[in-house]
Amino acid sequence: MIEIKDLHKSFGKVKVLSNLDLSIRKGGIFAVLGPNGSGKTTLIKSILGMVVPDKGSIRIDGQEVLNKFEYRNEIDYLPQIARFPGNLSVKELIKMINELRSKPSKSDELVKAFGLVKALDQKLGHLSGGTKQKVNLVLTFMFDSPLVILDEPTTGLDPISLIYLKDLIRQEKNNGKTILITSHIMSFVEEVSDEIVFLLDGKIYFKGSVANLKKETGQKDLEHAIATIIVDEHI
Amino acid sequence: MYFLFYLVLGFVLLFLNNDVSKAVITLMNIIVVLTPLIGTIFGVMYFFNSREFTELLLAQPLRRRTIFIGQYLGVSISLSLSLVIGLGIPFVFYGLFQSASIFNFLSLLMVGAFLTFIFVGLSFNIALANENKIKGFGYAILMWLFFAIVYDGIFLISLVMFQDYPLDKFSLGASMFNPIDLSRIMILLKLDISALLGYTGAVFQKFFGTNFGMFISILVLSLWVILPAWGIIAQAKRKDF
Repeated sequence: MIEIKDLHKSFGKVKVLSNLDLSIRKGGIFAVLGPNGSGKTTLIKSILGMVVPDKGSIRIDGQEVLNKFEYRNEIDYLPQIARFPGNLSVKELIKMINELRSKPSKSDELVKAFGLVKALDQKLGHLSGGTKQKVNLVLTFMFDSPLVILDEPTTGLDPISLIYLKDLIRQEKNNGKTILITSHIMSFVEEVSDEIVFLLDGKIYFKGSVANLKKETGQKDLEHAIATIIVDEHI
Repeated sequence: MYFLFYLVLGFVLLFLNNDVSKAVITLMNIIVVLTPLIGTIFGVMYFFNSREFTELLLAQPLRRRTIFIGQYLGVSISLSLSLVIGLGIPFVFYGLFQSASIFNFLSLLMVGAFLTFIFVGLSFNIALANENKIKGFGYAILMWLFFAIVYDGIFLISLVMFQDYPLDKFSLGASMFNPIDLSRIMILLKLDISALLGYTGAVFQKFFGTNFGMFISILVLSLWVILPAWGIIAQAKRKDF
C-alpha cells in the first residue's frame, strides 16, 4: 500500500527524518508512535505532500506521489489541530469540501452520529475545541477512501464521541481500509491498532505487533514497553 | 468598505474640481500611491489569515498552483473591481460618456488595476517567504514604502550626483524598475502633459513618442504582474506546511 524509501527531511539545521524506510501493507490499523518531535507529523505530512521531502521516494499503490495531487482523492486525512476558517459555518464548510471531491459522501449520517446537527449553522470560529474536532472527524470520515490518516484523533473528544470514533475506526478496518494513526494515548493505541511503528529521532526503532513489542522489551504494558525503548536508546 | 471609499472619493473630487480632466489628475496622484498600499496590506493580511484554510485545501486533491493562484486572483480581482466600480459610478453620473476624458479615465482605472495585481502579487511572495506574521507584514509595508517614496528619493539623488553625465538612458531604465513611477509616467503620457513631470517624462516622450511609450509601459507593467505570479507558484511548490 505505502512504500517509503530513504526519506530525508530537515527543517533548517534540525534533521527530522533521516534515511527512513517504511512499508505498510494494505488493510489494518497501523499506529505511528514516538516522543514529541520524533517526526510523526512530518512523516504523515510527507505522505500527504504538505511537506516536501529533501530526498527519497514515497509510493502509494505503486505510484510515485511526490509532486502529484490526484492521489489525495484516495486519502482521508485528519489534521492534528482542528483549524478552520472562522467565518464559515459548519454546513458551508462541509458543503465546500464535498464539492471539492466528486465522490459520494456520508456527511449527514456522521453529523447526526457526532451530535453536530445543532451546530450546523454556527460559525466555525465560535465552536469549542472538542466540537471543532468533531467537525474535523466528519470531514475526514465522510468519504470512502482506501487510506485513512489520523493525526491525534482523540484530542478533546468527550467519552461518547471517543467510543463512537473507536467503532468507526474498527468499521473502516473491516471494510478493508488501511488506517494510519498517531497518538500519545497508549491505551487507545493498544485497543485499536494491529501494528506499531515506533519512531525516534527520525528513524524507525520498532515495527511489529503490540504483543511482540511487549515480549521484546519484557514489559507487561505498552506504556512501559515504549518507555523502555526510549530509555535504552538514550543511555 | 474599499468600494465605498472610492465612491465617495470620486464624487468629492468631481464636485470640487468641476472638471473631469482635472479630477483625473488628482485621482492619479491618489491612485498611484494608494492602490499599491491597499494591495500590499490586503495581500499580506489575506494570506496570513487564510492559512488554516490553505492547510485544509492542501490535504484535498488540488494542485498547489491552483490553490495559491486562486487566492491571488481572488484578492486582486475583488480589489480591482472595487476600484473600477467605486470610481466608475460617480464619473458616469457626472456625464463621463459625453466628456473627452473618457479614455484618460479608463487608462487611469486600468493602471489602478495593474498596480493592485502587482502589489498583491509582491505581498503574497513576501508572505510566502516569511513564516512570522509580524515580519511578513513589516517587509510588505517596507516594500511599499520603498517603491512609493524611497525609490524616488534615491532616483533624484543619483540624478543630482551624476548630473554631469548623460542620464537619459539611466532614468528610463530606473523608472521601468518601479511600477509606481511607470504608472505615473504612463498616465501623464496619456494626458499629454508629460512636460509637467519634468525630466523623466520629457525623456520618455522624446524617446518613444506617445504611442510607443504607452506600448512599452503596458508591456513592462504586464511583466511586473507575471513575475510575482510566477514567484508565487515557484515558492508554493517548495514550501512546507
